Amino acid sequence: MEPVEYLEHTADVKFRARGHSLDELFENAGLALIGAMIDPSTVRVVESWPVEIEAESLEALLYEWLSEVLYLFEVELAVFSEFEVDLVGRGAGWRLSGRVGGERIDGERHLFETEVKAVTLHQFELRRDEAAGEEIWTAQVVLDI
Amino acid sequence: MLNRIDDYIFEVPMGHQKGMRVPGRIFISEKLLEQVEPGTLDQVANVATLPGIVNYSMAMPDAHLGYGFPIGGVAAFREGGGVISPGGVGFDINCGVRMLRTDLSAEDVAPMMTNLVEDLFHDVPSGVGAKGRLRVSEHELDEAFTRGAAWAVEAGFGVPEDLEHCEERGRMEGARPDQVSLKARKRGRPQLGTLGSGNHFLEIQRVDEVFDADLAKRFGLFRGQITVMIHCGSRGAGHQICTDHLQVLSRAVKKYGIELPDKQLACAPLGTPEAENYFGAMAAAANYAWANRQIISAWTREVFERYFPDARLDLVYDVAHNVAKVEEHEVDGSKERLYVHRKGATRAFGPGRPEIPAAYREVGQPVIIPGSMGTPSYVLCGSKGAMRLTFGSACHGAGRIMSRTQAKKTYAGKDVKEVLARRGIKVMATSPKMLAEEAPEVYKPSDEVVDVVHQLDIARKVARVVPLGVSKG
Repeated sequence: MEPVEYLEHTADVKFRARGHSLDELFENAGLALIGAMIDPSTVRVVESWPVEIEAESLEALLYEWLSEVLYLFEVELAVFSEFEVDLVGRGAGWRLSGRVGGERIDGERHLFETEVKAVTLHQFELRRDEAAGEEIWTAQVVLDI
Repeated sequence: MLNRIDDYIFEVPMGHQKGMRVPGRIFISEKLLEQVEPGTLDQVANVATLPGIVNYSMAMPDAHLGYGFPIGGVAAFREGGGVISPGGVGFDINCGVRMLRTDLSAEDVAPMMTNLVEDLFHDVPSGVGAKGRLRVSEHELDEAFTRGAAWAVEAGFGVPEDLEHCEERGRMEGARPDQVSLKARKRGRPQLGTLGSGNHFLEIQRVDEVFDADLAKRFGLFRGQITVMIHCGSRGAGHQICTDHLQVLSRAVKKYGIELPDKQLACAPLGTPEAENYFGAMAAAANYAWANRQIISAWTREVFERYFPDARLDLVYDVAHNVAKVEEHEVDGSKERLYVHRKGATRAFGPGRPEIPAAYREVGQPVIIPGSMGTPSYVLCGSKGAMRLTFGSACHGAGRIMSRTQAKKTYAGKDVKEVLARRGIKVMATSPKMLAEEAPEVYKPSDEVVDVVHQLDIARKVARVVPLGVSKG
């Protein structure tokens, strides 16, 4: 299983994130989002920010989660390399409790390759596959650059 | 398969995709068409499935793959039965361009070019995480959302004449700050007066060719003249407003039973609360963007005055190229109010339209087409063909042909800077890696794109400007 895969796209960034569970999928999708802008290995974990989201569907929850990570990046002027997600199905909807770990942007050490403007719904996909008795969740996301 | 209608008009037929309500039309040359990905044609067809679309789902000659609408996409919707979609506007609401003309010649500024570019780079914040020089209050932020450039001028950024030379006079009616979320406000407040990153730029240019002497004179342009171009948008405020309303409209799609080929085309029927709330929030973002470009213009003038105390920098025009607007157009012989979406397309109204400033009304509006870093930009004049063919719309730029990943593999940022320096263009950027993404070669040649709109009489070529100094994110 490839946790994060970037695909060719002319104007924007398209990625696939995978996980053996929904929690892992969401964590890898967060990593893919930050990884589109900066090498996550250059980000030290010195602070963490909590994230709490509710949504009516899994797709909406993933969209809101990624948008929230981007929001924190911009208002906290921070980059992240650690993502912890706990998903709970709740009645008709879903709830996410999580945490992103990272540090404030340091212009000397953090070299940006691009800046993500937003998470789009274009070709947005979330699916579950089973291969050799193993469960694999995959999300496909296009980011606006 | 496409049907050829004319030398520069190609049709995406109704059969291209299930559910198309009208055919697609691409205004393009055969040569440029070869570079258009199949996915772009699918996106033109996707837009054609939206309820209430009038005449055609259109794409300009700089069309390329986007999300929702293609980049370069134009579509108009009837007030009765039509929809509004953030997929037809984009996240960077009212991303746009303005051009300032100076009374300086290239010879005047040559000795000071390094100082000018360095000062512009320093005085106009850009790049990832840049905070503005400005500290606006919550009340001032509301004013920017509601009154756009008009507020900025009152706050001391620029002169009232600037407003006359902005599309919508720099202030779109119907803005609803109450539809702007707390998150959008938190992103927007520290970023007012920042350029951003990516393809946004602040450029010192020289008019290197005049194609139409009369129109150039009308726009105050002459050969050898120094101009300044500002390309940016509504920053995080606009991005968040689109993100927020996209989710509301995704639910509206289910509520109103609309079938969509692409989730990014989420929309709501005009007249519903969801549609009206989005329009009000979008207008607020558009106004923020006009305030932003107005503030940056004022700082640009300060920099020039430092070295040329008597210099005048007058606004030629300011155009939006990501926006939805209510406009009157002729449909089947009668006038109709339409919601025209332009996603990576520029309004190009021809002579006589009341929306055009008095100084230009007789000839048509200035249409400003930014090049990419290192390539020429163009000034055109909106013409009759646009009113007949494209609901008064033209292209918006050169259009990407190389992906960002490929660009980074091919060009290291440092090389790009050196290559441009050898061509006499001084570039300052916060990130060398980002320069590679914007290397001139990743875009279609803008002259070919501009020739198509000229040939179709959508907009006539007035002047070409070349970059001398560039400040980027």
